[in-house]
Amino acid sequence: MTDADRTEYEHEDEKQRPHEGPQGSGREREGDPRPQPRPQRSPRTLAVPDLSLVVLIGATGSGKSTFAARHFRPTEVLSSDFCRGLVSDDENDQSASGDAFEVLHFIAGKRLAAGRLTVVDATNVQPEARAQLVRLAREHDVLPVAIVLDVPEHVCAARNAARADRAGLPRRVIQRHQRELRRSLRHLEREGFRKVHILRGQEEVEAAEIVTERRFNDLRHLSGPFDIIGDIHGCRSELESLLGRLGYALERDALGRPVDAAHPEGRTAVFVGDLVDRGPDSPGVLRLVMGMVGAGHALCVPGNHENKLGRYLKGRKVQHTHGLAETVEQLEKEGDSFRAEVAEFIQGLVSHYVLDGGGLVVCHAGLPEKYHGRTSGRVRSFALYGDTTGETDEFGLPVRYPWAEDYRGRAAVVYGHTPTPRATWLNNTICLDTGCVFGGTMTALRWPERELVDVPAERVWYEPAKPLATEAPGGADGRPLDLNDVAGRRIVETRHMGRLAVKEENAAAALEVMSRFAIDPRLLPYLPPTMAPCATSKEEVRGGAADEGFLEHPAEAFAAYRADGVREVVCEEKHMGSRAVVLVCRDEAAARERFGVPEGISGALYTRTGRPFFDSPEPAERILQRVRECAERAGLWAELETDWLLLDAELMPWSLKATGLLRKQYAAVGAASAGVFPGALGALEAAAARGVDVSALLGRQRDRASDAAAFTEAYRRYCWRVGAERPAGAGTGELRSEEAGTAEPRTDELAGIRLAPFQILAVQGRSLAGLPHTEQLAMIDRLVEAEAEAETGADAEAAAGAQGPAGGGRTALLAPTRRLVVDTTDEASVAAGIAWWLDLTADGGEGMVVKPLEALVRGADGRLVQPGIKCRGREYLRIIYGPEYTRPENLRRLRVRHLGHKRSLALREYALGLEALDRMADGEPLWRVHEAVFAVLALESEPVDPRL
Amino acid sequence: MFLTITATGSADRPATDLGFLLHKHPDNAQQFSTAYGVAHVVYPEADTGRCTAALLLEVDPIALVRRAKGKGRGGAPDSALGQYVNDRPYAASSLLAVALSSVFGSAMKGQCKARPELPERAMPLRIEVPVLPARGGAELVRTLFQPLGWTVLAEPLPLDETFPEWGDSRYVRLVLEGECRLAEALRHLYVLLPVLDDAKHYWIAPDEVDKLLRAGEGWLEDHPQQRVIVGRYLARRSALTRRAMERLELERLAESDDAAAEDLDNAVDEEVDTEQKPVPLAVQRREAILAELRAAGAARVLDLGCGQGQLVGALLKERQFTEIVGVDVSMRALHEARRRLRLDRMSERQSDRVRLVQGSLAYTDSRLNGYDAVVLSEVVEHVDPARLPALEYAVFGAARPRSVVVTTPNVEYNVRWESLPAGHVRHADHRFEWTREEFRQWAEKVGARHGYAVAFGPVGPEDPEVGPPTQLAHFRLSGDDSSGSGAGSGSSDGSSGSMKGKEAAA
Repeated sequence: MTDADRTEYEHEDEKQRPHEGPQGSGREREGDPRPQPRPQRSPRTLAVPDLSLVVLIGATGSGKSTFAARHFRPTEVLSSDFCRGLVSDDENDQSASGDAFEVLHFIAGKRLAAGRLTVVDATNVQPEARAQLVRLAREHDVLPVAIVLDVPEHVCAARNAARADRAGLPRRVIQRHQRELRRSLRHLEREGFRKVHILRGQEEVEAAEIVTERRFNDLRHLSGPFDIIGDIHGCRSELESLLGRLGYALERDALGRPVDAAHPEGRTAVFVGDLVDRGPDSPGVLRLVMGMVGAGHALCVPGNHENKLGRYLKGRKVQHTHGLAETVEQLEKEGDSFRAEVAEFIQGLVSHYVLDGGGLVVCHAGLPEKYHGRTSGRVRSFALYGDTTGETDEFGLPVRYPWAEDYRGRAAVVYGHTPTPRATWLNNTICLDTGCVFGGTMTALRWPERELVDVPAERVWYEPAKPLATEAPGGADGRPLDLNDVAGRRIVETRHMGRLAVKEENAAAALEVMSRFAIDPRLLPYLPPTMAPCATSKEEVRGGAADEGFLEHPAEAFAAYRADGVREVVCEEKHMGSRAVVLVCRDEAAARERFGVPEGISGALYTRTGRPFFDSPEPAERILQRVRECAERAGLWAELETDWLLLDAELMPWSLKATGLLRKQYAAVGAASAGVFPGALGALEAAAARGVDVSALLGRQRDRASDAAAFTEAYRRYCWRVGAERPAGAGTGELRSEEAGTAEPRTDELAGIRLAPFQILAVQGRSLAGLPHTEQLAMIDRLVEAEAEAETGADAEAAAGAQGPAGGGRTALLAPTRRLVVDTTDEASVAAGIAWWLDLTADGGEGMVVKPLEALVRGADGRLVQPGIKCRGREYLRIIYGPEYTRPENLRRLRVRHLGHKRSLALREYALGLEALDRMADGEPLWRVHEAVFAVLALESEPVDPRL
Repeated sequence: MFLTITATGSADRPATDLGFLLHKHPDNAQQFSTAYGVAHVVYPEADTGRCTAALLLEVDPIALVRRAKGKGRGGAPDSALGQYVNDRPYAASSLLAVALSSVFGSAMKGQCKARPELPERAMPLRIEVPVLPARGGAELVRTLFQPLGWTVLAEPLPLDETFPEWGDSRYVRLVLEGECRLAEALRHLYVLLPVLDDAKHYWIAPDEVDKLLRAGEGWLEDHPQQRVIVGRYLARRSALTRRAMERLELERLAESDDAAAEDLDNAVDEEVDTEQKPVPLAVQRREAILAELRAAGAARVLDLGCGQGQLVGALLKERQFTEIVGVDVSMRALHEARRRLRLDRMSERQSDRVRLVQGSLAYTDSRLNGYDAVVLSEVVEHVDPARLPALEYAVFGAARPRSVVVTTPNVEYNVRWESLPAGHVRHADHRFEWTREEFRQWAEKVGARHGYAVAFGPVGPEDPEVGPPTQLAHFRLSGDDSSGSGAGSGSSDGSSGSMKGKEAAA
């Protein structure tokens, strides 16, 4: 682990392919800078790393642009002439050179930052010009490569003469270029170019071929599966146990020493380094790992301890601290040849590997995203030592910057180096050093399964300098989210709908609501999408739904799914309450383990904007407890192999949460109408009695009065008192107990509250959003039945004990969801669906939601189909469109409504919700899940007709 | 929406004179189209003894919504009109005031060609408004009408008799009785209906002041509630136009969650106008904070949760503070701060020192790194306890300024607030209020975890029993020697009294 011995560390770039042996200095001097007597005849092959800054060097007219055009893509080549033209409209305007190079360097920087090979087509004959480019390459941790086009002066002159814009170029310019070029040749390597290719003469330039070569760290083509093994530190015995647990078969030499291990399924082990020092048998570990690497059964990156051992073996003077002394002593007992093998092995190690299509990076001490796949001294240094600040702490150990906290990369970074009590994912990174040598465990990560496997240390082999840190990155607390994860205009990549944009003003509003009102984001892995209503019933259809005064009618929903090619749909009763998402963990331990929340929390119950339902935690906890008991009884934990459930549900009554809105709007309108009509009607009747002709007005007012009364009835249906509810005014306390009727002394706190779950969104490691609704509802039914069974049991107990007040049994919390499956292609089935809806809504029911039976469905064009279409009841719609909406002149106007944006919004929010669930299932870091959840909230603030 | 005006009379002064005054014949039903619907005038009774004119306005709620289309969500300057579920068709709102002036325009002006002497005559009148929206309740209704000589009956209407626990609605049934000139009575209604209406004005015309002066002539000058009337009548204009522009996103979020817009969009407290009459305690708090910042030698200061920018304004006045950044999560608060600080009109030299940005303490934010001092004034108590750790980390763990000054109410002091009911917090959005001990424990824990030393001090008059109304903690990054003075020493010159807080070694 820690190695403060930085002073002796020398910068080394990636040098050679692993195990090519120590012979290569790594610097490929394919062109000898010294003038050679004769040019080579055979075609030259110029190796260029696939990510590098290629600097062409040659006098004006030497054919650089032609050369670049022949070997590189047009967009890879940045020419100074072109940039001059950009800033001055004249490619030859030398006075614009300053600005032109600024532009060139800027673009080159952007390309290199994005990881793109870049070729600079400029004379570059002056050292200052090249120095800037070498600096640029280093800034972006790519290799600078020089390709020199050394062609005779007369060739350059002839070429310039053939160009109209260069014909007047004085001969001395070319001569000066040539002089500067020759002076430069011998210094190019010293200037920092890692490959120098010199092409002499026209013929060699013509014949040259470019071969791009993969960087040594680029093993993206290997997809494993891998078993990544944390720091070993000479703990050979534990390593053997761990490999055994991972399923590897050990191979031993004549002396019984393990020299190789292979997995029957062809898995590859990946060692994160720090094989040696401190522990009892560093040579034994080296022998095994070297054998595995040599046999192709393993990959290995170097740790800082290997680095130091390598320098020791090369004969450098190093301090025998931090456990090196033990290794040196152990190696003394080995032969010279083994030590030489070790030296060679260490020499050949590459600082980090990019694996599995770029989704996995393995290195010793961690690596920020901008260094992935890069090649420079500082990349190697970071990979070996981490982000050291140069300071030391009170134990004399280097202070490290917690780079992983800022990590936002797509690739998972698996590393070691810092002993932590427990390996934990943090922002898609995980440290596997669990301090085996200090008496902890040795940990491996199965990839892509992301499963952790560990074995305990057999003993404390080495006393740690300080106790295993509990506040190491990836500790149980995780890391708070960063504003950059959510703020401003952003694009969220989704699996199901591609890139979805969030506008800045919507993100700003979501930021306020998320920050001020939402629950802890760790408990908020999902927000439900909005849902589009069915198409508006058309007026023209004689005898159709519109004639009967329907604004929404299920015939439209069935037709829409039929048009989308969805045959089977399920109609689900729409409960009129408030949308609720329920995250229920089996116990607090599960909540802590899976969601990293502090003690005392075992789930969450939140609204569609992520707010808690209740001001105090107790009522929610009671609801969670009830759901938990039912899940237990229904056997869902075992069946779904999970210790938590995420449920989409409706919580009733509506008045539970919407009291504010009821008072401000709905009941207020009811109160105003109730107050005004008696007087108004009385006045009109009196006027009529006096012989004033007010009959038409009186008729209209009577209609309005009855519409207003129907409206009041409509909202009242969704309001009732619940056990936990206190009377609003302090003085009205006695009213409630009278009204409540059941005068039992202890009210069930949940009495009156109903929760109707209709989908299990996710469980540990899985999103269930694609599970057919019939299967979903079958599980929900079992949940609901489990409560009823528990109820019967409790009653029996109560009866047996003959104690407790009559009716002391709990009231049911869970409410079933009635449903009907409809075949959209079968007229009779559709008619049955319509009849079912009419029946549901006749007595004021909210209506129903029609969903594709298969839940997650794509149309023939590959696009997502609406996950649900709501058909709201005629009476219910009064509380949306107002008391008088059913009057023909009002309906006619209300039929003009625009559903396009609502439908688009519903789909985008749906895709983002699915994305959040998928990201959580994949074990992605919190910020990735939160990004999608936040985007749902932001979209919800888009301008859409709120009545849809 | 509906009201009746009843006159009583006798043989020599018949009640039916009302018809002449109103220019509407008692035997006809008459209708007039107004901007928001058709107004009807009918007389349920008309004889010498009693004559009642009823004004009924048929409002078309769908037209109200549709008319507003195209200007954002709702688009109407008053968002209440953007709803189909709307009390406008029933309640005697400001729409009725418009109808009054257009139907009884001459009567309001006191013109009567046929009987020129009539308008000058006070007559026994009874005006009944069965559903009057009354922001401020029956009590305010009485204080507005009684000084005008009316005998006032104002009964609150229940919200819903099936749910008595919901309490009263914001409507009252209003009956006014008294001797009054009709023109004056109409002008009382014309001004006071909108003043009482919860939905405020929805028409915005530049000549609003003139209208008020004309309608208020003869009675408003000496009205004891003149300030309230004028303030309410006019003050809404700017607020409403801003509202129409700004609150839409939040309103939609509230709407999608079945919540009232005010539940979410409450970062700017409109009831307490801190601009016009600053609360003494707020001034003392600012002074105390400034003293701490001066003592800490801070030049670059972050005001996290800057609200409407009062502290930012105070910081700007002192040259020591070279860079002042106000951060708030509420765009509306920032907008208000920008307006109050007049950032647009500030000189460049001045405005270069200050920035207002949206940010959130629930997230770490690298823009907040590297400042000398962070102020969290009356902020922590607005954060749910469960989310305080995120704020702690964002400020003390990630931003890590040299100094952090935190102020928060001292809940023990609440018993000294006469207006505060027992057990209540001082602001509806306060998620908690701490005792001195709770604050001390929190601060010391945070200090210890993140390496800050803490000193405590009082803000405002210190009560021997329950302490000061506000408590302050100054966190200093341990090992930071850049400010010479010891923690708290700077506050002795402020109004906060001397810091005798203890230090918590981190």
